[in-house]
Amino acid sequence: MDVTEVLLPGVGLRYEFTNHRGDRVGVVARRTGEFDLVLYGEEDPDEGRPVLQLNGEEADTVAEILGAPRIAERFADLTKEVPGLMSGQVEVRAGSVYDGRPLGDTRARTRTGASIVAVVRGEEVIASPTPQEPLRGGDVLVVIGTHEGIAGVEQIIRG
Amino acid sequence: MRTPVALLLELGIILAALSVLGTLARRFTLSPIPLYLLAGLAVGKGGIAPVPAAGEFVETGAAIGVVLLLLALGLEFSLPEFAVGMRRHVPSALVDLGLNAAPGAVAGWLLGMDGVGIFALAGATYISSSGIVARLLEDLRRLGNRETPAVLSVLVMEDCAMALYLPVLAVLASGGQWWQAVLGVLAAVGAVIAAFTVSYRWGHHVGRLVSHPDAEQLLLRVLGLTLIVAALAEAVHASAAVGAFLVGLTLTGETATRTRAVLSPLRDLFAAVFFLAIGLSVDPADLVPVLPAALALAAVTAFTKVATGRFAAARDHVGRRGRLRAGTVLIARGEFSLVIVGLVGTMQGSLGPLVTAYVFILAFACPLLTRLAGTIPLGKPRPPGAKDSTA
Repeated sequence: MDVTEVLLPGVGLRYEFTNHRGDRVGVVARRTGEFDLVLYGEEDPDEGRPVLQLNGEEADTVAEILGAPRIAERFADLTKEVPGLMSGQVEVRAGSVYDGRPLGDTRARTRTGASIVAVVRGEEVIASPTPQEPLRGGDVLVVIGTHEGIAGVEQIIRG
Repeated sequence: MRTPVALLLELGIILAALSVLGTLARRFTLSPIPLYLLAGLAVGKGGIAPVPAAGEFVETGAAIGVVLLLLALGLEFSLPEFAVGMRRHVPSALVDLGLNAAPGAVAGWLLGMDGVGIFALAGATYISSSGIVARLLEDLRRLGNRETPAVLSVLVMEDCAMALYLPVLAVLASGGQWWQAVLGVLAAVGAVIAAFTVSYRWGHHVGRLVSHPDAEQLLLRVLGLTLIVAALAEAVHASAAVGAFLVGLTLTGETATRTRAVLSPLRDLFAAVFFLAIGLSVDPADLVPVLPAALALAAVTAFTKVATGRFAAARDHVGRRGRLRAGTVLIARGEFSLVIVGLVGTMQGSLGPLVTAYVFILAFACPLLTRLAGTIPLGKPRPPGAKDSTA
């Protein structure tokens, strides 16, 4: 998808893209942290019809809602930037020792130094899970740590 | 300490009146600047409600108002944004300068002003009011429009032109021999270039000097530094406003963003006092004779600004209606035209009343015209020459 970025001197940035249905969408990201969402109409393609105005906090919330399924991808991007840090995905098999037991029981962090930063369960993503979070068969754990750390977590979960 | 009852009362009434006027203006998406000028006229010499006790405060406040306006302008300015504007809009800036400074210069010459007066009037007709235009784009929710980057680029280039123009005007206005003027101009241009260099290379050091996590500390430090530099600049006849502008230029990045935030309420207050003071310094009786000239100048330069905006927007491949929106929104003249008058002072007899009336007309006309331009129905072929009626 092509996103055009235009600098608005003194104001911020404007992003513009066309979605799969042919709507032309503009997002004005202001220096003050607010966002304006506009739609460009048919009759005057230069005029942005205001749709939404979000303050910084609202924008963060919307971004989280929309971006949740991509959290795993973003962790993968993050690890590219930090040398030595890796991310891995470890599946909890149905019938595994930890199927039905809380995450804390694995003591993965204490034993390996690697962190479980998210639990992906089908379409749902539990970001920053607490030790009380019960694991289920089929869950995929997003793990961040060293190569050995991730391998360690894999061993623990496999049992 | 004795509390000056008369001063507090008069000032309180003035501020309350300004607030009522401001609310009225906002209700109709107009700029409050002309109303502040009007209020100044009303309480000034020959006005209807003189305020002897508050006069001194208004005068002092106006000086601080100019300093804060120019500091804020310098803070707005960033080299990367300027560079982006440069890449595409140098021709727009040249068209802007040529079309809009020339009518002012010609008018000054026709009115029999001297060189400084002509130069000052050219500046006053050239520069659009960034304050009014930015506010209009916001109020009419046009920030997402495709013509908006062109409009903002023109404003940024004007700000840059002001960085060179204001010091030169300040030097010329302070008089002296031609060689003193030339030396002064060179010194002024040198100061601007030095400020840019400092901002570009050591901006973070200056930032560290004044930056503090506490908002109060940041405000005190920036304000202190600015007033000191402004006073030094004034002492060497380079104008306090220019000194403040240079301080604004050197502050960049995070410091600039935070300074803008803590400073803007203070700037709004003192800028209102500044507009009031400009109105105060003009005798309403002096306005009547300059009114025809101001109207003619306003009509001509409204048209030339529309042409400028259309040209700039066309460079960004914006359609016909967007071009008209870009043109009409740029019509507003305001704070900087008045700053120019403030710099030249009372040396030029008719300049103050003329520019006051001129700003008054255009600051009022611009919001009306640009809203109208936004509602023009599409697809109707317009007769040739129709654009004249919008100017």
